[in-house]
Amino acid sequence: MSKTVKAMVIAGNGTNCEREVAFACRQAGAEVSEIVHIAELLAGRVKLEDYHLLNLAGGFLDGDDLGSAKAGANRLLYARVADSEQTIADQLKQFVADGKLVMGVCNGFQLMVKMGLLPALAGNQQQSCSLTINDGGRFEDRWTWLKVNPESACVFTRGLEKLYLPVRHGEGKFVADSRETLQRLEEQHLSVVKYADADGQPTMVYPDNPNGSLAAIAGVCDPSGRLFGLMPHPEAYLHRTHHPRWTREDLPEEGMGLWLYRNAVNFIREELL
Amino acid sequence: MAWRIVVGLKDGVKDARGERVRREISEHLGYRLEKVQTLDVYTVAADLSDAEVELAARGPFSDPVIQDVAINRPLAGGFDMLIEVGFRPGVTDNTGRTAKEAIQYITGRPFKINEGVYTSTQYLLTGLTDKTVAERIAKDFLANGLIQRWTILAADELDPQVGVPVTVPRVVSDSSPTVRGINLQISDRGLLDISRVGMLALNLEEMQKIQRHIADPQVVVEREKVGLGAELTDVELEALAQTWSEHCKHKIFSAKIEYEDENGNKETIDSLFKTYIVGATRDIREKMGDKDFCLSVFKDNAGVIEFTDDWSLVFKVETHNSPSALDPYGGALTGIVGVNRDGVGTGMGARLIFNTDVFCFASPFLEKELPPRLLHPRRIFEGVVEGVEHGGNKSGIPTINGSLVFDERFAGKPLVYCGTAAIMPRLLHGKPCHEKKVQVGDHIVMTGGLIGKDGIHGATFSSEELHEGSPVTAVQIGDPITQRKMFDFLTIARDRGLYNSFTDNGAGGLSSSVGEMAEDTGGCELHLDRAPLKYSGLHPWEILISEAQERMTLAVPAENLAEFISLAKEMDVVATDLGQFTDSGYFHCLFEGKTVSYLSMKFLHEGVPQMVLPAKWQPQARVEPVFSQPQDLTAELRKLLGRLNICSKESVVRRYDHEVQAGTVIKPLVGVANDGPSDAAVFRPLLDSFVGVVVSHGICPSYSDIDTYHMMACAIDEGLRNFVAVGGNIDHVAGLDNFCWCDPVKSDKTPDGEYKAAQLVRANKALYDYCVAFGVPLISGKDSMKNDYQIGDTKISIPPTVLFSVIGKIEDARKAVSMDVKRPGDLVYLLGDTCDELGGSEYYAGQGELGSKVPQVDAETALLRYRTLHQAQQQGVIASCHDLSDGGLGVALAEKAFAGGYGMRVALADVAVDAEMRDDKILFSESQSRLLVTVKPVDQTGFESLFRGQSCQLLGKVVAEPLLSITGQAGDSVISAPIDQLKEAWQAPLREM
Repeated sequence: MSKTVKAMVIAGNGTNCEREVAFACRQAGAEVSEIVHIAELLAGRVKLEDYHLLNLAGGFLDGDDLGSAKAGANRLLYARVADSEQTIADQLKQFVADGKLVMGVCNGFQLMVKMGLLPALAGNQQQSCSLTINDGGRFEDRWTWLKVNPESACVFTRGLEKLYLPVRHGEGKFVADSRETLQRLEEQHLSVVKYADADGQPTMVYPDNPNGSLAAIAGVCDPSGRLFGLMPHPEAYLHRTHHPRWTREDLPEEGMGLWLYRNAVNFIREELL
Repeated sequence: MAWRIVVGLKDGVKDARGERVRREISEHLGYRLEKVQTLDVYTVAADLSDAEVELAARGPFSDPVIQDVAINRPLAGGFDMLIEVGFRPGVTDNTGRTAKEAIQYITGRPFKINEGVYTSTQYLLTGLTDKTVAERIAKDFLANGLIQRWTILAADELDPQVGVPVTVPRVVSDSSPTVRGINLQISDRGLLDISRVGMLALNLEEMQKIQRHIADPQVVVEREKVGLGAELTDVELEALAQTWSEHCKHKIFSAKIEYEDENGNKETIDSLFKTYIVGATRDIREKMGDKDFCLSVFKDNAGVIEFTDDWSLVFKVETHNSPSALDPYGGALTGIVGVNRDGVGTGMGARLIFNTDVFCFASPFLEKELPPRLLHPRRIFEGVVEGVEHGGNKSGIPTINGSLVFDERFAGKPLVYCGTAAIMPRLLHGKPCHEKKVQVGDHIVMTGGLIGKDGIHGATFSSEELHEGSPVTAVQIGDPITQRKMFDFLTIARDRGLYNSFTDNGAGGLSSSVGEMAEDTGGCELHLDRAPLKYSGLHPWEILISEAQERMTLAVPAENLAEFISLAKEMDVVATDLGQFTDSGYFHCLFEGKTVSYLSMKFLHEGVPQMVLPAKWQPQARVEPVFSQPQDLTAELRKLLGRLNICSKESVVRRYDHEVQAGTVIKPLVGVANDGPSDAAVFRPLLDSFVGVVVSHGICPSYSDIDTYHMMACAIDEGLRNFVAVGGNIDHVAGLDNFCWCDPVKSDKTPDGEYKAAQLVRANKALYDYCVAFGVPLISGKDSMKNDYQIGDTKISIPPTVLFSVIGKIEDARKAVSMDVKRPGDLVYLLGDTCDELGGSEYYAGQGELGSKVPQVDAETALLRYRTLHQAQQQGVIASCHDLSDGGLGVALAEKAFAGGYGMRVALADVAVDAEMRDDKILFSESQSRLLVTVKPVDQTGFESLFRGQSCQLLGKVVAEPLLSITGQAGDSVISAPIDQLKEAWQAPLREM
């Protein structure tokens, strides 16, 4: 494999944020950053194995008609790649086993959780958590503060303390199937980012916690730290003009969301090339 | 075999949807329930095994972490009353479609034609035992009888083994497709009966024109050659009714108008559209010369202007009023995804970048008995907002600009304006992307959704007032995902150069899309039997005019057809070859090889007789109200801030994704707490460039009650004022007009038609005058002319309303300016004079008055001010800028202060007035073209020198203390209020919506 970092964003069937995610990967230094329509994967013309970073972008897969990302997960599990017995989920399994990186944002996070890719506590892809309807019962677009867990193995958040990013969802309330699951998430520092108040402390109070997420969890990683998903949108804050108060605050040119992508690209360069 | 799969939340999982329903039942209907639980039901009617159904139920249909599933047995328990709501047969069921696809992935077998999955929702109510109340909750809140059906069961009526019995809402039709001949050689009364009974909306003159045409011996000879006779077919009559409808032909805007003004001066106007709208743009473009940035105006689905050297900008705004009156959710959803097709379907194809929406409603808190068939404004509000939310959010298009306008008359017909912008490359395969042309021999290919009976007579229905017999089929439900898949496919097809032209299927369906495209070549041969159907049993005329959604029609050269169809298949998009474009001169439709329509293209498109419309202007006698200045102006300001037309719309704005695509630079909500009201939006469509699009609008129907001329002028000025406030370049901006009128055709139903027509003429005159004066070309627009409600003796006509949308450019989005004050010490300036112009103002409306002195616009001084402001913004000396509109100076000051989180100290004595005015009038006058800016002290000299010689008044400054203090002309304190208090007054009214 050459010394180029290759990122891919899967598009189609209702993804919406693929353009800005692909742009973020390029900005972060990925030499290759491609938007690949799922039809290309199913036709077998493009294969996951040729990339290092897989992005599952925000959107409404199949309209989220059966619950967020449910129908999308079903497609990945059952639809066969042309002239093979393989599904995209099979390719994804191999991709993960190869130690490559996956980031799911919003609908992509919902997809990862519902496919059991996150938090993958037992090491298998058994779903143990979920994302459900916001406590307020409605879709909301709102900027939120996130506290980053410094002890997390998550490669995307290395060196970060806090983030300011928008949520834009109706089904973002994080829940776990049991107290034990939550306990393990916390003990293993898999609960990477939490909704925080003005003082930077995790909070259950609306609107700082916009959806009522359990333990204020906004995003989680798997034990390897290479699979990461979150409800807030890092690709929505790449430049200071994305910030809602850029006309009144002195901000660095570069947005906080870009940091996550840069961490991913740096990790790939150091560990996977 | 059919299965019922019921999915519900596990014990202990919060049912947020149920809780929201419980709260809304209380808010809408006043019934307080203890608890509402919700369950999802999938009725699966297909050839499957139990094991396959089980796989689906435990797989895609449910979430093992939070949900339980039951198959063919009830899940409901612990409730008093069960209401299950599902769709009526044939109504678009998006979730059902997704569920069907999910099962197909699992089994690897496609469903057969009459197999399907049908969804419904169970509401379990606790704290209610009265069935009549349950019936009312179902009818007036949970369901819409036009498109949905419901079952109500008390707890003891639910069979514990089976649950709710299985019903499969499949469309059952035993009629075989037929074509009827229609004899038109009958009496006038008979002709009118045909039009009325058939929902054709054709008047006598038009029916007679068709009667004469079909009797023409030469026409008969030609018809006999193709196997038709002297009778018109139903296919032909429907095609004519659709093509000639007000909705499609704009007969009122094309009419010959005999206009008489208040002094008895008479003039004949040959088409308002050509004279004032096309005329304005023509004159402005001539004047701009080589600076003309218009690329495609009035001829395509949307207008196109230059944006950068490589990209063009596309903009269109539509209305979807009548469908939204009947089914607010479906109507509005269809409105937004429909206008999206206009944006995409312009030229050779464009990429959508944002949506805009403006709604006019009656107060959601209206406490009045409503006449039959009208939904309560609160239901309309909720449904429309949700429809646009789903339409925009699911399509991945940010909704970045909009308004809510309230007037009680909008109870008769809500106005739902949906706008969309897109970008396209300047050149595609070396040719201008904004141009397209069908070639003879190209195949007619339809892509996207399938055809059902949905939306039949939509075009003719919206050409009439809302009445008793308004058809339920006029209601459609959009499907953003099917459309999105089609757009993804069409983008690739465009880039591969696979088609020569395309357009969307909106009003009038294939009849309209194929009919219009066939004008390029002069004919077509359309095989209706090849069209893919949702279910069997449609007649040829229904296939032709169905407005089933998510469809585009393309002209594909024969050599590309196979590649086009196979690409569609790979991308899971339906694409069907329906025939060819020809130069036969005929709109030729066939069904199973037999001709069913043979209309000459010329008659179809040019045959409609020009309407002649009388219009007589007589200004209404209006007087200024007499009341003394209220003692407590702080209280007056708070009251104004809480008025529906002024108060915060944050609860609605947050439901729209306004940031997807990562381009929204000036967002709808700005300021220290991200909740101040932006004047306009700035959007950066190219991620690697800082060039921005600025979008805004003006709308002020309250001025129409005094004079529509000034209403129009004010709407234009408001749109431009908002545009320049955020940094838009006034020399690169285009306008778009959307007229929504009450019926202006004098008749027994509309005895005041001459006055309403004169109002229309006056608005058009102002449109011409002010667009020319500001140098703003119009690039597209639409009119909706029958916004009346009439059942029995009750007639409600909306106030004449024009939405003036504005789109243009800012060279560098980093120079954009927001409305919130930035820091203590900054100087507060008012640009523009304040006059005694409170006619139609929010202040007068609050006193129950209308007044007579409507604001008037001085375009010359305004234009100079807007240009100078742009210069100042370019130089970076403007810290904040906010336009003055509803509620005038007082409201603008308050909004600026609380958005920025600082107080302000200003003096009314420094306001430039044209004559002696009371303090309250200075505070709340709605004089146009005024802007309030703040400037850093260090920039004072630079700023003032730019505005030397213009109306520019230093009123005071921004202060750290969070208090808005305003001194009157006499130096006394007239307003003193903590900004939090003002903000609370402004946020409270619609917070919980």
